[in-house]
Amino acid sequence: MPDLGKYAAEVLSAYGLTLVLVAGLILATWARSRRVRRALERAEARRADG
Amino acid sequence: MSIWEYANPLKFMGWTAPLVPVLWVLSGIALTVGLIWGFFLTPDDYRMGATVKIIYIHVPSAMMAINAWVMMLVTSLIWLIRRHHVSALAAKAAAPVGMIMTVVALISGAIWGQPMWGTWWAWDPRLTSFLILFLFYLGYMAMWAAIDDPDTAADLTSVLCLVGSVFAVLSRYAVNFWNQGLHQGASLSLDSEENVHDVFWLPLLVVLAGFVLLFLALVLVRTRTEIRARRLHAIALRERMG
Repeated sequence: MPDLGKYAAEVLSAYGLTLVLVAGLILATWARSRRVRRALERAEARRADG
Repeated sequence: MSIWEYANPLKFMGWTAPLVPVLWVLSGIALTVGLIWGFFLTPDDYRMGATVKIIYIHVPSAMMAINAWVMMLVTSLIWLIRRHHVSALAAKAAAPVGMIMTVVALISGAIWGQPMWGTWWAWDPRLTSFLILFLFYLGYMAMWAAIDDPDTAADLTSVLCLVGSVFAVLSRYAVNFWNQGLHQGASLSLDSEENVHDVFWLPLLVVLAGFVLLFLALVLVRTRTEIRARRLHAIALRERMG
């Protein structure tokens, strides 16, 4: 860990908040992608069954 | 084969499927290398001290916030002129990504500004135009959510995107237009005289590449999801009709 001196709180909070926001975006994107893909697979299976 | 054929939903799903994992991996590598390099292996700045490390998240996120809107502008124009549904869905998919990038830029800028400028916020031209850009992102996403008919939503959000482009341009060039305010000029420029020192600039370029690749990966995944959601909606309508 580098010595961030008196600015440690600022630097770490900037990185921490960025990580939370970007990770949240990636997780939300992945979760919705999975949910919609599965729903579409079910709907297409229903159509195929007639 | 015309370039527009790649915008056909089936073809789009086909050529993007193998590209998405590659983009995830490349963005992960670039972000890991760039952020480790910038955070652990660069010195403190003689004026800014350790807060200089915030540029590795602030500058790329600010650039992507503007570039995401530019991408939305291009895809919105394609929708308005050529009526390609995938382009409208790509614009819709990019908006939340651009909005998060804008929030990251605003927050990291405020955190840096407090010790360096002595204030979290100033009604400086660049900061203010960035805040307005953030509000445009929210308005754009709200408009997509509020209108049921997808083509009408695409039309109206495209027009909103054209209007908001003024603020995307202002966000980038406000420092040059108004020679006042707290925000400094560009950290990255083709003019090497204007750039930050190489010791900061090189890892910044790597992180920037990582943000671009991450943006592309997210937008492609989200666009593919929007295409699937559109198909799901069409199937549900057909089932309801009989």
